[in-house]
Amino acid sequence: MASTYGTSTEQPAAAPAGDKTFPPFDSANFASLLLWLVVFFGGLYLLMSRLALPRVANILRARQDKISGDVNEATAKRAAADQAAADYQKTLAEARANAQAIAQQTYVRLAAETEAKRKAHEADLAAKLAAAEAKIEATKSKAMAHVEEIAHEAASAIVEHITGKPADPKAIASALTKAKS
Amino acid sequence: MDPIRQFTVKPIVALHLFGLDLSFTNASLFMLIVVAAICLLMLVGTSQRALVPGRLQSAAEMSYEFVASMVRMTSGTAGMEFFPLIFTIFMFILFCNVLRLVPGAFAITSQIFITASMAAGVILLVIGIGVYRHGFRFLKTFVPSGVTPFLLPFIVLVEIVSFATRPVSLSVRLFANMLAGDIVLKVMAGFVAALIGAGTFAVIAPFPFIGDIAMLAFELLQAVLQAYVFAILTCVYLNDAIHPGH
Repeated sequence: MASTYGTSTEQPAAAPAGDKTFPPFDSANFASLLLWLVVFFGGLYLLMSRLALPRVANILRARQDKISGDVNEATAKRAAADQAAADYQKTLAEARANAQAIAQQTYVRLAAETEAKRKAHEADLAAKLAAAEAKIEATKSKAMAHVEEIAHEAASAIVEHITGKPADPKAIASALTKAKS
Repeated sequence: MDPIRQFTVKPIVALHLFGLDLSFTNASLFMLIVVAAICLLMLVGTSQRALVPGRLQSAAEMSYEFVASMVRMTSGTAGMEFFPLIFTIFMFILFCNVLRLVPGAFAITSQIFITASMAAGVILLVIGIGVYRHGFRFLKTFVPSGVTPFLLPFIVLVEIVSFATRPVSLSVRLFANMLAGDIVLKVMAGFVAALIGAGTFAVIAPFPFIGDIAMLAFELLQAVLQAYVFAILTCVYLNDAIHPGH
């Protein structure tokens, strides 16, 4: 082993420790260390407690307020949105019910109107039918009356043709009534 | 290459008052750097007061919330009145611990007087608050409830000893961890330098180098952990002062 380096590292380490006190225990430094510790530590304490820590506390509080405020706002907005959706659903349901009611009413009204019109038409038709039937009846009875006359004339003509003399209208009339019944 | 020389306090601006050496030293300079770095993070970082934080502001908010949850967890909402103090202690120790890992930086928390002063300050504050708020009832800290009278003197003695060792353990834990870490890092680095100059042995120089890098990562963990331990123990002790008697 390189003894020159070995001794060169050993000797200075041993020498000051031997004739002087161990530096961290050197009481000659005590007053100076204590003074400057008190100065700097005290100064740091004042700066931290008066300035830095209240500032950090304010920053943290402001952020907390902002976050909780935003969360509250978001919650309120969501509630509003939910309310709006519910309102929409309600309105929709109402409108649908309304529409159904109107459709039903219209249906009923139209059905009633149609029914009424149909009834009117039927009554009209029935009246016309009755009139027509009456006309037919009249025509028929008139025709039947003519038939008797024609039969009468035909019978007198036939009798005259056969007998060569005018026929007795009374006999013919009685014969006709007999034939008719 | 001397692993101890890094802890030497050297005056930069000599200042002698009342027969005391109050010089502005390299330790004072690095305390100033630590304070400036913390102010950069906490004041410049938050100066925009952005609703959506940037990197620096995020880091500032994270450290705030980390310490706030730590205080709330260990001493409840009543402990939140000491939040600025705990925050300052945590950030100061954390930045001292981390910045000491920068090559050439002075390790403030590797000075027993610094950690002892801070621990003494914490314990004096605990006693002061305890006595101011509870008077004699603060002594109930040493008398746990529900102990049989037969065992009580012994338990009280144990409690007093445990209370008395608090400042010692609080200061020595931080100081010793930081000092040991610094020495190990320096010794490892010394190996690398020695091996590089040692002819054929230079081929094994990378091993302590890799070891030093691994140590650096471990020391980074230690730096954060020790700051956390100091802060959380301060919370626990202050909680005792707020609520004496377990």
